[in-house]
Amino acid sequence: MKLKRTLKAFRLGIATGLVAALPAAAFAAEPLKVAFVYLGPRGDGGWTQQHDMGRLGLEKAMGDKIKTTFVENVPETADSERVFRQLAADGYKLIFATSFGYMEPLQKVAKSFPDVKFEHVNGFKTAKNIVVYEPRFEEGFYLIGTIAGQMTKTNTLGFIGSFPIPSVVRNIDAMTLGAEAVNPKVKTKAIWVNTWYDPGKERQAADTLIAQGADNVAQNTDSPASIQAAQEKGTYAFSIDADMSSFGKKAQLTGTTEDWSGYYIAETKKVMDGTWTGDRHTRWGLKEGMVVMAPLNPAIPPEAVKVFEDKKAKLISGELKPFAGPIKDNTGKVLVAAGADMDPKTFNSLSTYVEGIDGSVPK
Amino acid sequence: MNSFMILIPMIASTVIAATPLIYAALGETIVERSGVLNLGIEGMMLIGAVAGFAATRGSGSDTIGFIAAAFAGMALSLVFGFLTLNLQTNQVATGLALTLFGIGLSAFVGHDLAGLPVDKLAPINIPVLTAIPIVGDLLFHYDIMVYLSIALYIGIQWFLNSSRAGLQLRAIGESPHVAHSIGKSVLTTRYLAVLFGGATAGIAGAYLSLVQTPMWVEGMSSGKGWIALALVVFGTWKPTRVVLGAYLFGGVTQFQLFAQGFGLPIPTEFLSMLPYAATVIVLVIICRDPKTILLNQPASLGHSFHSAA
Repeated sequence: MKLKRTLKAFRLGIATGLVAALPAAAFAAEPLKVAFVYLGPRGDGGWTQQHDMGRLGLEKAMGDKIKTTFVENVPETADSERVFRQLAADGYKLIFATSFGYMEPLQKVAKSFPDVKFEHVNGFKTAKNIVVYEPRFEEGFYLIGTIAGQMTKTNTLGFIGSFPIPSVVRNIDAMTLGAEAVNPKVKTKAIWVNTWYDPGKERQAADTLIAQGADNVAQNTDSPASIQAAQEKGTYAFSIDADMSSFGKKAQLTGTTEDWSGYYIAETKKVMDGTWTGDRHTRWGLKEGMVVMAPLNPAIPPEAVKVFEDKKAKLISGELKPFAGPIKDNTGKVLVAAGADMDPKTFNSLSTYVEGIDGSVPK
Repeated sequence: MNSFMILIPMIASTVIAATPLIYAALGETIVERSGVLNLGIEGMMLIGAVAGFAATRGSGSDTIGFIAAAFAGMALSLVFGFLTLNLQTNQVATGLALTLFGIGLSAFVGHDLAGLPVDKLAPINIPVLTAIPIVGDLLFHYDIMVYLSIALYIGIQWFLNSSRAGLQLRAIGESPHVAHSIGKSVLTTRYLAVLFGGATAGIAGAYLSLVQTPMWVEGMSSGKGWIALALVVFGTWKPTRVVLGAYLFGGVTQFQLFAQGFGLPIPTEFLSMLPYAATVIVLVIICRDPKTILLNQPASLGHSFHSAA
């Protein structure tokens, strides 16, 4: 791990050098300079790739009124602070920080550059010039549950978790609730691999879940390994971040992906016309088009598709909320009362499994 | 579900997880027995993974993929050999540099290969044997590379203990000066050992990108090269222990995932640590006498050799 970090630091050195070499020359029309900082490589086939597609979408929409740049493979350490500082010093007026771990470095840099606007994904600390944005992932996972609940023959779903943090626990809960709404007999098994990315381990986790009877496996890790496992075993799986059907045409039923371009365009326009304000927390979902479901597999019977489309329409209209009560946790304690929605405090610190999930969230 | 029936896919998964470690660690065993410490396994594995993936996609043949991977690993190890054996650079620093270089180069070369599929190397199918219930699934349902890894182990065991060349390699690892003084070429032997280690590391990498998870993604070995390196030390440079260590590591990894699927209330951080801890503990127990490690360690490991010295 240490080595990986060293390596990233190397690459970072090169990347920073490149950024520094960009001429800070003023253009006649002074296009707005927008920068993106990525955790992984653009070609990661998932999280970072989607952000970069958002950036390209922004370029396409705004043409020469803006100028974008990106720095990839930026670790969530003090190194990222240098990158943010460099970008701000080079005249980038709007900077998107696309990983949770940039939160603290961003706080520091934002104080030194009050006229630069920072956007941070999935975080929870805002400031005068920092806003936070995140997708309502739970809507995507609820819909995954809708499909999984209808397609399972063993009534057992699997979930490969990365780290037991609230934003991931929410996804397994949302998926289970979505499945239970269409199939009350469903049980979910979870395996935590304690990594965001390790194809070999994700593969082993998927094999284990399938061996234990889970015929629909969703994941909150980054590689398509579980799709491949399902393809081989003749079971089903769901992608995350990007459409991964090229790794298992038969296996991938759908998946939750993100389209960031709409948000990036909206925020850039706000900066250009001067209506951008700080201290905001934006959560966009299916309705705003930030959460997009991957194409449905033709193997899903039309009745199941109908239920899916119906739930999707209700999520978009707001009639259906993934965490609307009554919800019990898996020890039988009431988590959300009937008729209520989950309160923000519970939502933001969710660390319990809902009814229907085996075991308990690792502490 | 019948818990016995669950065991079969678990064991199969363990074997698949252990096989790349076996290739990489056995190769490194030979390298280290000749007195050279190559810390570049991770880098060579990644180069092998990307080369194997690209060659298989281009040719449609897994055989060509694995051969290309072996050559790619050898090419990288040749750089290492030239630097450490001819120019006598520090082996630790050069090995680390090789890993960094391999990670970067594989990412660069493989940029356009990310996200593309490739057909997985199919398991063998022996007409009668594979069809035997349980036994067939347990023993005769792996891909060819699994069986070749066992063959490699047997071959290395014979080579190190019973062949003239193997004894010569060990002698050079213990005392290159003595070997040199009786007319053995230290440089040639070490070069061949380093190249062999490069080839097996490349194959190990290709096993990841062609069998375990048939795809190419940057940094896909995620630390397996380092685990292979540790297995060599904890296996006290003995091929049998190295292979057992690899299976143990794969098995405990599988067990901890399995335990979680059953909802055992054990912290996952602890479970994630388990494969490492168990492998260390078992191998330490095997050689509980600290002298064993010292005695088994090739005496010249990591030291440069110059004939004039």
